[in-house]
Amino acid sequence: MEISIEQDIFKNEAKLAEENRQLFSQKGLMVVNLLAAPGAGKTSLIKKTAHLLKVPTAVIEGDPASSIDTDTLNALGIPAYQINTEGGCHLEAAMISKALTEFQVEPNTLLFVENVGNLICTAFFPLGEELRVVMLSIAEGDDKPYKYPDIFREADAVVINKLDLKPHVDFRSDNFYKGLKAVNPKAHIFEVSCKNGAGIENWVNWLAVKAATFWAHQ
Amino acid sequence: MHEFALTEKILKIVLSEAEAHQARRVQKIRLLLGELSGVVSDSLAMYFNLIAKGTIAEGAVLEFNREKARLYCETCRMEYEKADRDFLCPVCGNLGRLTDIGRECIVQNIEVE
Repeated sequence: MEISIEQDIFKNEAKLAEENRQLFSQKGLMVVNLLAAPGAGKTSLIKKTAHLLKVPTAVIEGDPASSIDTDTLNALGIPAYQINTEGGCHLEAAMISKALTEFQVEPNTLLFVENVGNLICTAFFPLGEELRVVMLSIAEGDDKPYKYPDIFREADAVVINKLDLKPHVDFRSDNFYKGLKAVNPKAHIFEVSCKNGAGIENWVNWLAVKAATFWAHQ
Repeated sequence: MHEFALTEKILKIVLSEAEAHQARRVQKIRLLLGELSGVVSDSLAMYFNLIAKGTIAEGAVLEFNREKARLYCETCRMEYEKADRDFLCPVCGNLGRLTDIGRECIVQNIEVE
């Protein structure tokens, strides 16, 4: 006997993400899903942003193992909650809603979800975020939009980090911008250095406007 | 890479449908994978063999159907099939944008007894 099913796994995930979106809205949380390869500077960007942004910030950290980032953030007074995926390569919508049953976050907080460092799988699992931000460092090369189109496809913003390394690496900005335009013409682009602070202000200002707009519509 | 998580979800759907139909055994599972779905079928099959053990889906044959990715050219206002290495429109040469076609991971149907 043949049983017709016709269920798209990714559409099921999208449904769970939509439920999260409503949960975030009820809790007054503006959620930013931060995606990047390991070592691009996700935690550094969160630290810089939390310092400059004039709204409360909290973080859910996703890592295969350890609580290194969570410990660092908590020590700085930024509330952080660790999810260990035990080898899993991405966070999923259900993991976030579960984390929020334990992690108490004040209303009107900007909640960063620092996803597992990975340019592939994380792209396929929406969390219900208000903003999807993809980050890369110039040391990773300018060919990323061509090699990993999906990660950039639905990004609201792309943050290019480690500008301070420019004299030492061969990052062709024009090639990167061309590839990004093909997969996602609408993404805002920020060139920053978390090391020396260059460009951070532009990024923080943009995020502050997005946050204010989000809460104005709540 | 994320095939383990996907395989768990697929198995859950298959078992719940099979049990709802009082099936004794799942013989075949047909899946549709888009070219840009990010799903590696060999990896999925490997995980399936591991996690389906001891269930009524143990030993089921996985059949993979494929969907090529399609892009949309704003200039020519038409869809086209993505070439192997770029996103260019075959007519005007401009960059097209990705559509939803080619991103699927669908459990289409199952054969049970």
